[in-house]
Amino acid sequence: MVKYCQSCNTQKAFMVRPKTGNLICQNCFFQAFEDEIHHTIISTQMFKPGEKIAIAASGGKDSTVLVHVITLLNKKYNYGLHLYLLSIDEGIKGYRDDSLETVKQNQITYDLELKILSYKELFNWSMDEVVAQIGLNNNCTYCGVFRRQSLDRGAIQLGVDKIITGHNADDMAETFLMNLLRGDIFRLPKSTAIITGDDGDNGIATLPRCKPFKYTYEKEIVMYAHYKKLIYFSTECTYSPNAFRGHVRELIKNLEAIRPSAVIDLIHSCEQLDAPNQNQKLPQKQLCQKCNLLSSNKICKACTLLESLNQGRAKQILQIQE
Amino acid sequence: MKIIVDFGGGLDICFENKKELTLEFEEQQIKMTDLITRLKTLCNPKKLDFFYTQQLRPGILVLINDADWELEDKEEAQLQHNDRVSFISTLHGG
Repeated sequence: MVKYCQSCNTQKAFMVRPKTGNLICQNCFFQAFEDEIHHTIISTQMFKPGEKIAIAASGGKDSTVLVHVITLLNKKYNYGLHLYLLSIDEGIKGYRDDSLETVKQNQITYDLELKILSYKELFNWSMDEVVAQIGLNNNCTYCGVFRRQSLDRGAIQLGVDKIITGHNADDMAETFLMNLLRGDIFRLPKSTAIITGDDGDNGIATLPRCKPFKYTYEKEIVMYAHYKKLIYFSTECTYSPNAFRGHVRELIKNLEAIRPSAVIDLIHSCEQLDAPNQNQKLPQKQLCQKCNLLSSNKICKACTLLESLNQGRAKQILQIQE
Repeated sequence: MKIIVDFGGGLDICFENKKELTLEFEEQQIKMTDLITRLKTLCNPKKLDFFYTQQLRPGILVLINDADWELEDKEEAQLQHNDRVSFISTLHGG
């Protein structure tokens, strides 16, 4: 049986959208995918016309799609942005050196200036040397901390106003859950913040980092790359098998298989922690009018459930009599 | 019947770095679950990217003739001669 797109009702559907469960055809998907990212950018006032933006590019799927979509939207909607590619060479043989080739290809395709900074030149340590020194425990912590700072330094050298990264909805949900599992209550409410580093805390403002893919599912990014035939690098980092994130990732993928909205639900929960909706009030404690025991409504949940069960029983008896 | 399988997102490392396989089946019609069972016998048991605790790892996108298998009944989807099935990992890199 041919299933049709639930957006245009004329074309054959080719995928199920994880966020909504809707069936969609290829053209409507490309349109919706790009429109939703545009909407995220506009509704959060992510950019101002004339700004210089560094796209953090690893050559992986997320940043490859990010370069493609931002270049496209910048032209289509006249954002007036000056775009640059910024890559970090962590110094991991057979991994990063290969993925940087993909970034160089992107540079040619989209005609953007590319800056590559290496851990070796910035810190005098490559990740190969770090792992030789400390082994395969906590090495991702070193790499993450160094990358963060490398991106800041690269952005300053390029003289840009902001950095954008390809973090997607699944990444956001992972970070939130990781902070929850670690009991990191200070980081928890900001786990899924779409713009970070611009708060000027203590008079120290760093370069803002923005995440245009905050609400974009990983599945859709991979689908988009696949059908647009974008070339990206996909090899697991040689040094990441013990990372805590990997286990949380597994957990979220399993949750998503059971209930695809779980990813966006986690992001929603985090946003509510950060800025709770003041209009929502907890129900008042009271006594149930039927059983006189604790309830948050006039009639307690147990009485309501019993009521519906008893009604069903009555209906069944009627059916038998009929 | 013949089924063509291809691997994306780095999954070829589980199948001797082959990006594409052509598999022959005696039956005239098989289900996706039969194909997955066959792939289990071909997958490098040391690589956990494709199968994980005997299951197809969540986070792998499956396309039957370039359409999401979630449109069909996933494991129960029927395959015919010359169908192409793509497995694409979403798990690596950013």
